[in-house]
This record gives sequence, C-alpha cells and structure tokens, in this order.
Amino acid sequence: MSTVTNTPVPDVAAPPVGKRRRRLENHGKLAFWLLLPAAVAVFGVIVYPILRTLLISFFQVDSVLAVDTPFVGLGNYASALASPGFWASMGRTLYFTLTSTALELVLGLGLAALLNAPMKFRWLFRAVVVVPWAVPTIVNAAMWKGIFNAEYGAFNAVLLQLGLIDHYQAWLGDPFTSLNMVIVADVWKTTPLVAFFLLAGLTSIPKELYEAARLDRAGWPRMFRSIVLPLLVPSISIVVVLRTVEAFKVFDIIYGMTRGGPANGTQTIAYYTYVTAFSDQNYGVGSALSYLIVMVILILSTIYLRVLRRSGMSLV
Amino acid sequence: MRNGRRNSVLIHLAAIVVGLAIIAPFALMVIASISPQSNLISRPLQWIPSTLYLDRYQEIFTGGANSVGSAFRSAFANTVIVASGTVAISMVVAILGAYAFARLRFRFRGTVLMIFLATYMLPQIALLIPLYLALSALQLLDTKLGLIIVDCSLVIPFTLWILSNYFVTIPEELEEAALIDGCGRMGALFRVVLPSAKPGIFAALMFSFLLAWDEFMYALIFTSSDASKTLTVAISEFAGRYTTDFGLVAAGGILAALPPVIIAVIFQRYIVSGMAAGAVKG
Amino acid sequence: MNIISLLVRKPLAIGAGLLAGALALSGCSVTGAGPSGGATGKGTGTVHALFMKQAGYSEDDVAKMVGEFEKKNPDIDVEPTFVSYEALHDKIVTAAPAGTYDVFLTDVIWPAEFASKGIAADLTGRIPGSWKTDVLGGALDTAKYEDKYYGVPLFPSTKLFYYNKDLVASVGASEKDLQTWDGVLKVAEKIKAKGKVEFPLSWSWSQAEALVCDYAQLLGAFGGRFTADDGKLAVNSPEGVAALQWMMDSIHGGLSNPSSTTFLEDDVTKSLAQGQTAFALNWESTLRDLDDPSISKVVGKIGVMQTPAGPSGDRPGVNGSMALSIGSHSKNQDAAWKFIEFMSSQENQEKYAASSMPSWKSSYDKPEVTKTNPEVFKAAGAQFDNLISRPAMKDYNRASQALQVELQNALLGKKSAQQAMDDAVAAANKE
Repeated sequence: MSTVTNTPVPDVAAPPVGKRRRRLENHGKLAFWLLLPAAVAVFGVIVYPILRTLLISFFQVDSVLAVDTPFVGLGNYASALASPGFWASMGRTLYFTLTSTALELVLGLGLAALLNAPMKFRWLFRAVVVVPWAVPTIVNAAMWKGIFNAEYGAFNAVLLQLGLIDHYQAWLGDPFTSLNMVIVADVWKTTPLVAFFLLAGLTSIPKELYEAARLDRAGWPRMFRSIVLPLLVPSISIVVVLRTVEAFKVFDIIYGMTRGGPANGTQTIAYYTYVTAFSDQNYGVGSALSYLIVMVILILSTIYLRVLRRSGMSLV
Repeated sequence: MRNGRRNSVLIHLAAIVVGLAIIAPFALMVIASISPQSNLISRPLQWIPSTLYLDRYQEIFTGGANSVGSAFRSAFANTVIVASGTVAISMVVAILGAYAFARLRFRFRGTVLMIFLATYMLPQIALLIPLYLALSALQLLDTKLGLIIVDCSLVIPFTLWILSNYFVTIPEELEEAALIDGCGRMGALFRVVLPSAKPGIFAALMFSFLLAWDEFMYALIFTSSDASKTLTVAISEFAGRYTTDFGLVAAGGILAALPPVIIAVIFQRYIVSGMAAGAVKG
Repeated sequence: MNIISLLVRKPLAIGAGLLAGALALSGCSVTGAGPSGGATGKGTGTVHALFMKQAGYSEDDVAKMVGEFEKKNPDIDVEPTFVSYEALHDKIVTAAPAGTYDVFLTDVIWPAEFASKGIAADLTGRIPGSWKTDVLGGALDTAKYEDKYYGVPLFPSTKLFYYNKDLVASVGASEKDLQTWDGVLKVAEKIKAKGKVEFPLSWSWSQAEALVCDYAQLLGAFGGRFTADDGKLAVNSPEGVAALQWMMDSIHGGLSNPSSTTFLEDDVTKSLAQGQTAFALNWESTLRDLDDPSISKVVGKIGVMQTPAGPSGDRPGVNGSMALSIGSHSKNQDAAWKFIEFMSSQENQEKYAASSMPSWKSSYDKPEVTKTNPEVFKAAGAQFDNLISRPAMKDYNRASQALQVELQNALLGKKSAQQAMDDAVAAANKE
C-alpha cells in the first residue's frame, strides 16, 4: 500500500499549485456547508447498513427475525473461505472479470480509434456506438437470453443458415459456454463506454507528438507503443479498476440471463452472496461474504497499480 | 494523396461494418417485437416479418386493468419519476459538493473525496437487509420516494467525481473577477462556473440518468406493488413469465430502453468533452 | 491516477472507524429487527397480500376474488401484490421483519423454513378440526411443520403427464400404451423413427425448483424417496440413482430434448403447444393454455393423464401445492385470517375450477364442478391420492440447490449418476 501512497500523484481536482500561495485562508466552514447535502444523501443512507452488516458478519444469524444469534467471531469468514462454493464462484468471477475487461479494452481501443478517425457522418456513427451502453442491463440480459435461446434463438438460426452448425445448440445449457455467453452480453453493452473513456484519452494526446513521430519515420506499431499506449494508461487504469469493481458486484445480468445456472456455471461471487444471504437465509455468512468482496476489490486495485507502475508507465 | 483516399474509404467501410455489428442485436429485438409469433418460432427462422404485427405494442399501450400493459405503464411512470427525482437531487447536491472539492481548501479534503468514491466499492447486497428495515421503519418501503433516496446514494459519488474533475479545469481567473465584483462564492458558482461547465454538467446528467434508470437490486427488494415497481423489475418479471413470447419481452425491452437511448444519443458528444477535460487527465 | 490511489489509500482508517461504530451499535437484536411485532388487530382495516404471477388462476381471477371478499367484508380492504415465482421466496424473507405482508403465498417446500425461522405465524389454533377430514388427503399437510399448521392450502397442484394425441395415434399407439415410462419410451422411439419430431420428450430441467419437481416424480416412479429415516437427503440410494440414470439415458438416446436443461415449465408448454414435443410433465393448470388457439397449434389434441408408472409400479405426483400463510409480524392477523378463510373456502375455489383444482374432497364428486375441466379432474383427482413430497427441511433451499446443480452435472455429462447423487447428498447434508 505504501508504494502507492508514496507516488507523486496529485489529488483529483487539486487546486493548481500556484494558486495556493495566494489564498492561504482555510475554507473549512464553507466547504462543510457545501458538502453537507451530499454527505447526508450518501452517508445518511449507507453508514447504518454498513455497520449493521459488519456487526451481523460476526454473529450466526440464520433468520431475519432471529433472536438467538450466538457470537461467532470470525467464524463466518472462516466458513465462507472454507466453502468450495466460494472458491468456485470466485474463480468464475475472476474469469469473468479478466475476459470481459480484456475484450472490452481491446475492442474498445479499436472502436476508440475508429471514433477518432475523420469521417463523414461521424455524429451518426457515434450515436450508433452509444446505443448498447444506454440499454438497461436487464433489457440487455433478456435480449441476449432470447438470442441464445436453444429452440428459437437468432444465434442458432444464423449459424445454421451459414452452415456452421448442423443442429441447434443450447448456448446457455453448458456451464462454461453460458458463462462465456454472459460475457458476450456484457462486452456488447460495456465496450462502447470503454471506447468513449479511451477516446477521451486519445483526444488529449497532442497532435504534435504524432507529427514528431512521423518525422522520425516511426511505424504505426511503434507510435502506438511509445506514444498512444503510455498516454492512455490513465484511461486504461480507470477502465480496469471500474470494470473490476463492477464485475465483482455483477448481479443483474446474471439474474436476467441465467440465474446462476446451469450447474452453477454462471454463479459469480455477488450472486453467490445473494443466494447465501437470502435464499439460504444465512445472513452471517452472507454479510461476511460481502465484506470479503470489498477486500478482494481493494487488493486487486492495489495490485493493478503496482503492476502498472512497475511496467515503467507513469501514472500521470 | 491516393494513400489518404484509400485510408478514408477503409475507415468508412470499417465504420459501416462495426456500426452494423453493434446495432444488429438491438435491431433483432426490434424485428422480433413486430413479428407475429409464428415467425419467431419458425425453422429456419423468418428474419423479415411476414406482416407488421403491432398487437404487442397495442397491448402495452392500451391494455386494461391487471393486464401486462397496465403493469408496464405504471412501471414506466414510476421509473420516470424515480430517475428524474434521483437526477435532480444528485445534480444539485453534487454541484455544491464538487465546487467545494474543486475550489476550496480545507482539511481532510482528499480523505473526504476518497470516502465518497470508496462507497462505489460496496456491493449493494451488503446493505440490503438493514436498509430494508430502516426504510420500513420510516414507512418508505414500496414508495417511489424511498427508492429515490437510496438511488441517490449510488449516483451522487459518481456525479461528484465527474463534476469536481470538470470544475477544476475551468480557469480560476474567471471566477476571481466575479469575486472582486462582490458576487460571493455562491454567486460565482452560479454565474461563472456553471455556465462554463456545460459539458461536464451534461455528462454528469447523462451518467446519473442512466445509472438511476438501470438500477435493479434495490428496486427488486424494496418495491413490490405497481405503486413503485420500476421498469427493470417489471422487465425481469416479464421475461420470467412470458418466456413463451420473446416478442412481448422485446417490445417491453425496447420501450424501456428508449428514454436512456434517446438521452445518450443526444448527449453523447459530452461524454468525451465532459470526461476528457478532467477525469481522464486527472 | 488519483481515483485509484484514493480508493486504495486509507481503507484501514475507514475499517477501524467502522468497527468502532459497529461496537457502538451492538444493541439488542443483531439484525436490527424488532423482537416481536405481530398483533391480531381488530379484524378490520387493510390486508396486504402477496401472490405470484403464474399459469393457473390469473391476476384477474385474484382481483375478482378480492372484490367479492371486500363486498362481503366492507370494513376490510385487501391490497394484492404479484411477483414472479422466482422472486417470491426472497420477497417473503426480506419483507418478514417489517411485517409488510399480512398474507402471503407459501410454496409447499417452505413451511419448515418459514416456521423454524419465525416468518410465518402458527395457525393451528385457527384451523377448524373438520378441515382435517374435509380437505383433500395430504393437502392440509402442505403447510405443516412439527405438528403445527403454518398455512391453509389453496388450489393443490401436481404435475400431470401431457401427450400429443395425434403424434401418439400416428404410430398406432394410444393412452393405454403410456401407462408406464417404459411404454412412453417405446412410443417415443417410434415417433422419432418416423421423423415426426426430433425429440419426443421435453422437460423443465433448467437450474431451478422445476428440475427437482420433475426428478421427484421420476424418483417416486422408481420407488425412491428423498430422505432417509433420519430426515437427511438420501437420493444416492439405488432408486435415486436409477431415476437420474433414466433421465440421462433419455437424453443420450435422443428421445429427450437436450435443451431441456435450459427449459422452465413455460418453455415446455410452448414446445408442446407448437407440436414439437409429444410428451411432457407439466402442472395441471397448463392444459388451459394448450387449448387456447392464440397460443397453441394443438388445440384439442393434447391428452392429459396421471403420471406414468416406473419399474416399481408406483406413480406418485409431486406435491406442488401452495398455501396461504400469515406473516408473524403482521399487525392485522384477524383480518388476514378472514381473507384466508374466504380464499380457501370450497365455494370460492370451485368457481375457478376451470384453471385450478380445489382443495376440498367433496368438490371432486360434484359433477357441476368437474365438468368444467373433466380431463384434468380425472387425472389430478387420482394423482392427489398419491403424492410424493419434497423433504421438509429447515434449509430446504440449500439442499435443493445442491441437488439441482448435481442433477445438471449428470445431465450435462460432467459426472456419472452415482457420483452426482453422492456429491449432492454430501453437499446438502453438510452442517
């Protein structure tokens, strides 16, 4: 953690350094009143539940109405960590995260380049690209569930009419295949957002850099490696962290598309937690699981930062 | 120059292919919603509808009490209210807060901002039961107001982040002139900062609207009747119950997707300008 | 990259703060739910009732029933709410502490859980003794747990055997060839050989309770039971494994649609309605859809009968009944009970006999009732005398999920039948 803290990273929205000297007075009071509404709206809602859930995670609570709730210390965390279901769903979540994020980054980069290219009707192209992102997740899930339907789905129809398959397949019928199909649905919806994030980074690259590289007779691969990629690192790391956090919380697309099946093949960690807490009514373990999710997210974010730093890429 | 023209043709070709690939699944859903059921279940699949079949839309728009249509329409109205309420509150609150983060110096500034952003890491499941009890004690269960309140807690950190990043990029000199003119901090915020922060504000508006419209888990647990149930929940029940008619699910899905799609298409140019300015550069 | 560094910088400080707060919070109840909360009320006022969207009696029907009840009880106002079956259990559970629903629909598999966790109120004292003889055998037990009643049966339900009369006749067979599962497979082979349909049988074998219901019926036909005498899951018995092996063989032999592992009941109904399936198990309420020309291509061509017998000669149906329960935290339990009494009354249930079966014995002898739905009454009437129940376990959901996963593992060819059932038993019985 310390290496991260020590990096010379300016805070988001830090007032420009030069201005600081000019205004030495402290705005504590005004800031307090300006931030109060936001703090009330956010923390007024979440602080009590966070603490309550943390508390529950140290007790054995197997009913919402439970009166007899023995204190078990870290027992719930231990039993969550000892359960094969936890590790299996953690593995699936990691696979989901890595695959979907990688695909979204690669496709998003290509898409961003295309969005950035000079063309006629660019507004139209951008308007088309933004559509999947705006489609609500639950609608997206229902849509792909229909497309991958084993009996009447369009995916089967396309493949059959192209002669790629002989028989209709149950695309959501095999555990691993259906996990990949959920990834397809997620990639379709999220790639545009990733592309727009990367586009924001691309447009901030000064044109002179390309010109200079061109004068050096640098080829596209080298220009990409030595100019574009390093300057995109900030956008990429935002995407990676946001997508990781979201993948660990992913619930609605699973609920809408597969409900964790078949044979638990699409049960990610958040869905597993939901099932443990509400279907099995094991609130103690469920609460412990949600705190474990938070911890994993923290650890992963830290690792990302280190890797990105060690690969010699500046974070600013 | 010939090279340049060839590139341009290639770019346009690529854009057409990519655009079609992106829109294809959505187009399939549109076609399914206007195809008669017999087309949808035929093998080989009939891609072009044999007749224009609008009964599903008619059912959704005009269906009487206790029908699919009335449930859908009330869910739609609820979602409009919940999303607009959430966006309005989040924007006002976040504009004030973002100004503090962007312009004011105070102790624990970084820590406070970090705590706001860190709430994004909390899985909603972790809050469900205690929140349910709290809402129930306040008589806010199964109400739109209750949903607006909990949705705001999801949306505000995001809007706060986007807006503070954008506000920082606005030259402080503009504001100083206003301060000297005796406007006061608030006057400067509303007369100088906001007018020049349009892209950031539109980007924040769009993000918060999409987030609020898309919210599912809170709505699933905290609402149950037509008085407050939102579209995401209605569609998931739709899709669970009418597996026999994909066309109906598609019609509902398209209508549910329409408002966010329209907003995103209108405001799409601000995603880049609103984000590029601050967030991405850091 | 400030957002990231901010996100990871001071989690420890926050954690410490949270812990301190948590300790401060630890008051009486860990969940924060009030300890008691239930009250009998005055027998008037508003009753919030939770129903599900489903194939049998519809939301319209419930609205009519409610209207009639309110006419008879002008001082009680009933507010019905509908959620999908998949959302019903979790809704009941999350709503329990607040007492949001005075009345809710309980599936036959939940009373043990709801009773042991104090979610449903004990109704034993309210149920008249005469019901024990007047209500269909076993139906009252739908919501029984440890000799107490936690609900009143409403429209008992079981899975019947549906077949396409034309397809069966096309290979020169008839209903009497379908009395055993062996017979069904023989006819299915002929239908497949003639190329009438690709897969003669379809099932609701997706990862859901529907899979356990189909399995239950086959388990019964093979002479097995879910639990051993100690109340623990014991489907790794020879009968339990044989039933699963039969399911696997029917897929491998090309007689059962392999896509069944993605089907729920609705998908099976659809396949049958399109004439793509010759045989299927489905709830007694689905005949109405199959005879509805706007949905079905096979109106009047679908036969329905008691579930076929297995090698054991036994042919029990799965007990899929639902009951109406009162929330233990309901503040208006007397009014809630009045509503339940009305809903479960013989008079009310008989009115909707065209779509759902009444739970009163004598209804089955009334020609004016049975004529509304003669085929289903005949088949269901016989089957209600012989039901196989899914186990009454406090943590039934966990056991059922373990069973669903392992059944699917076997059906998808990932495990042998014996291995899958051994694993299911191990996972379900783990403390």
